[in-house]
Amino acid sequence: MMRVAWLVARKDLRIETRSRVLLWQVLPFGVIALILSGLAVGPNDDAMRHAAPGLFYLVILLVVLFMIGRAQAVEAPAGTRTSVTMLGGDPAGIFLGKTLALALELIVTAAVLLAGVVVLLHAPLAGTASAIPSVLLTLGALAAGGTLYGALVAGADVQATLLPIIALPPFAGLLIVGEKSFAAAVAGQSSVKWLLFLSVSLLAYLAVGILLYGVTEES
Amino acid sequence: MATIAELVDVVVTSGGFPVLAGATLELHDHEVTVLTGDNGAGKTSVLRVLAGLSRVTSGRAEVLGVDLMTTDRRVLRRRVGWLGHEGSFYDDLTVKENLTFAAGMADRPVDAIATALDRVGLTSRQNTRTQQLSAGQRRRLGLAWLLIRRPALWLLDEPYASLDARGREFLDDLLRDVVAAGAGVVVSSHDPLGHERFATRTVEMAGGRVLKDQSA
Repeated sequence: MMRVAWLVARKDLRIETRSRVLLWQVLPFGVIALILSGLAVGPNDDAMRHAAPGLFYLVILLVVLFMIGRAQAVEAPAGTRTSVTMLGGDPAGIFLGKTLALALELIVTAAVLLAGVVVLLHAPLAGTASAIPSVLLTLGALAAGGTLYGALVAGADVQATLLPIIALPPFAGLLIVGEKSFAAAVAGQSSVKWLLFLSVSLLAYLAVGILLYGVTEES
Repeated sequence: MATIAELVDVVVTSGGFPVLAGATLELHDHEVTVLTGDNGAGKTSVLRVLAGLSRVTSGRAEVLGVDLMTTDRRVLRRRVGWLGHEGSFYDDLTVKENLTFAAGMADRPVDAIATALDRVGLTSRQNTRTQQLSAGQRRRLGLAWLLIRRPALWLLDEPYASLDARGREFLDDLLRDVVAAGAGVVVSSHDPLGHERFATRTVEMAGGRVLKDQSA
């Protein structure tokens, strides 16, 4: 399983590096969305600081939807999915590999956006840095859930519109907890209970994905 | 020759429509079987059943000892090679990277890649991105993918499409070698002529059934 996971992750990351979609499309989109969000709050430092965790996760949510579609599009060209299916790789390994690649891409994006949160929304640097563990857990859960939901809608004619409908309701809980955790870290408060919730969510998504990814692919 | 696949009255439906409507067919090792017929005759549907890609609605289907009615079809897929008529690779990866991925996923040794590339004449293009290959070269890459996997049953959907005369000759030779090594090969073809040169058996299909079964 881990061998297949490594092969799939390496392949997805290599394709992403070559296509430069993350660099030239996802990151600029995320930064623009963050700037627009800051403008919507208005030129008030306190308001921007206060809204920063929520705006960060709102932009992350938009980016996640974009990148889930992208991760599935890699397999979409006619014949590719069939050929890879015929290789008979362990579905759990494929799920873990795609999750790992998506998580790493999200981490790169989040690093740029966190810098943007500090620079553009004036979030305190130390508080933002202390939110990193919760951000990593949230991104991991989003990547695992996104890989699963992406496989569910893969191949559907209405994939682009179906994905948000399926993914947004379960992701809303993650984002609320992520925001609470981020805000707690910025305020210097304990975020242990939120970290615990995010850890359990991550493990639950990983477990469900390992068990069910093969079923979603077959269907 | 031993039987490697047996389909008896196989029915496969897609969207409520029977794409196979009681197909009966027996396949053997050391044999190149060509499926002919018009569009919609059921050629690709037979290949998909043999590959474990389609669910059989009724009938009996056993391929390489795997009963497709009772066993997880994924068990079969590792032992069967499929070459579709579309391109089937990651365009942003090079030829060698695609084959390294395929070898790794299929748990085959990486040193088989160089041999396969040499056999299909793509050694000089191994560091070329797949999107830069011609249609014929992509077809050769697909064959290299199968050579690395060394399946017991080769399923080729319109493999001669987009091949020039030299490519066709190359594929004829390759298939001869494959069956000589003991594998079974099934080829679907629109072309009613020309497959006599390599086919040991021709099966004509129409309306999701086998119409005529003729050994060379």
